[in-house]
Amino acid sequence: MSTETTTHTEEHGMSNAGYVRIALILAAITALEVSTYYVDFGRLFMPALMIMMVVKFIMVVSYFMHLKFDNKLFSWIFYAGLILAIGVYCVALATFHFFS
Amino acid sequence: MSADHAVASHDAHVTSTGLSNVKLGMWLFLGSECLLFGGLISTYMLYRGRVGTGPTPMQVFDIPFTSVSSFVLLMSSLTMVLGVSAAHKGDDRNTYLWVAVTALLGATFVGGQVYEFTAFYNEGMGFTTSLFTSSFYVLTGFHGVHVTVGIIMLMSTLGIMKRSKVPGSKSETIEMLGLYWHFVDIVWIIIFTLIYLIPV
Repeated sequence: MSTETTTHTEEHGMSNAGYVRIALILAAITALEVSTYYVDFGRLFMPALMIMMVVKFIMVVSYFMHLKFDNKLFSWIFYAGLILAIGVYCVALATFHFFS
Repeated sequence: MSADHAVASHDAHVTSTGLSNVKLGMWLFLGSECLLFGGLISTYMLYRGRVGTGPTPMQVFDIPFTSVSSFVLLMSSLTMVLGVSAAHKGDDRNTYLWVAVTALLGATFVGGQVYEFTAFYNEGMGFTTSLFTSSFYVLTGFHGVHVTVGIIMLMSTLGIMKRSKVPGSKSETIEMLGLYWHFVDIVWIIIFTLIYLIPV
């Protein structure tokens, strides 16, 4: 196999059919998310919503933004910014007694 | 030949990291954007209960309408990634098509947001009505501006591509646009859940 072919797979990772499958999964999760507004999930409501949000986020970043197939340095840069933001603002919200 | 070196050869750039500087810069920019939207989301979370005499979020939010808007933006991510895929294959016709469809879906989303804001205003939810309304409009407004900038970039790139004047690698230009567009989508994934679906 030529270097160019290897490079192509490294860079893009998925076929168009794969992207459509990912989009369908994302649409299904969105429908489930919306259903939580109408159906009473009880104590599972908040954890279920958070898990679905995180799964959608990771799927878009990994597959549509190609982080899963790209150089790990890009993942480090992006997730460093994201984790820093989550840490800083969780502390800020805790300062205002948001979680209590 | 390592994969990283091969990527560098593919893009016809020689950099100290072996990676595209444009792509590295874009990921740094997106990482910093997390901090911007993190601040706006945190502010909203803090103030969402401070409604004063104005309407509460649950009184004004139209979940079915916003769900459709969210679906439209999600599908625009699919069309964008198909455009990026076509650009990598050197398929100009499909690149134009998918990028144009992405811009159209983005415009539909922004149109929906304008409609939503107008409806909210008519229901007595002005920008300065309460801390909730101010933080809501700033957060969703900032996101809307990002989508609008994305549409302008998509349309401009299409125009430049038509004249065959895209500097550097055409596929990399489309890929960078794609990264920005998907970022706007993931921010909406968070906004939709935290702001619209979680009751105050």
